Amino acid sequence: MKSSLIILGCLTAGILVGVLALPPKTFLDLDPTIYALNVLLFLVGTEIGANTRVWQMARNQNVRILLVPLSAILGTFLGVALFSVFVPGVGFRESLAVGFGFGYYTLASVLIAQIGGKTLGVVALLSNILRELATLLTAPLLARYFGRLAPIVSGGATSMDTTLPIITKSVGTEYAVISVVNGVVLTLLAPVLITAILR
Amino acid sequence: MQVLLFLVAGMFVGYLFRYKKSILATASTATTWSLYLLIFLLGISVGTNDTVVRALGRLGVQALVLSAGGIAGSVLVSCFVSRAFFDVVRHEK
Repeated sequence: MKSSLIILGCLTAGILVGVLALPPKTFLDLDPTIYALNVLLFLVGTEIGANTRVWQMARNQNVRILLVPLSAILGTFLGVALFSVFVPGVGFRESLAVGFGFGYYTLASVLIAQIGGKTLGVVALLSNILRELATLLTAPLLARYFGRLAPIVSGGATSMDTTLPIITKSVGTEYAVISVVNGVVLTLLAPVLITAILR
Repeated sequence: MQVLLFLVAGMFVGYLFRYKKSILATASTATTWSLYLLIFLLGISVGTNDTVVRALGRLGVQALVLSAGGIAGSVLVSCFVSRAFFDVVRHEK
């Protein structure tokens, strides 16, 4: 919650600097974002690689558990495909790419900005931050009215870290493993699905 | 695709150093700050683009509609999956 607010602050600050101060054109022509992106992806990779839970899950053989991230993928696909009708400014494939961020705004925004352009990158950033914020705010309600898997799939990739505490609070600690697996699978698949749909 | 190579390389390095907590903590801090820097840079490139600046309010609405679609779809599909496959488990216990 706190970090997504800081992110929104950084975006706002950057926009204001861009609008008001107009940084030197030579600096922008260097396209500093691509270097920052490569460094960031490498660092994000080290966190995934060092996360022993990821490798424990990889060895976990219970296949049924994979139905949870699968329903998040299928549901996101169907929901975004349907709702993209109301977003004429963003194309069908572009909308799906935004949805396939699964709340993983760190990766989704920069990856989509690089492949699909800055404008779509901003939509991806806002949309995926909103997915995380909405899950943090509505997890107890989702659990009550739509079942115990609902806040997990709503959290998407964030169900392994930022939204995990509110999820276990809403649906019980015995669902923590499902929540982490869901987050891990979606975290690993998000960059793959985004690249696949935009290329 | 090139960006994914950096991700995979990072995963490999992270796995090798998975027990070196101090290195991982440094990497985690570096991740946070490079993320802030990157979003700030993204903001600058948005702010210097007049067309995008004029569309900002609209972009927010588009983002909201898309995340609503993603959440609603996921939640509904999970309802069916929950009833079909997971309620059974609870009875078994």
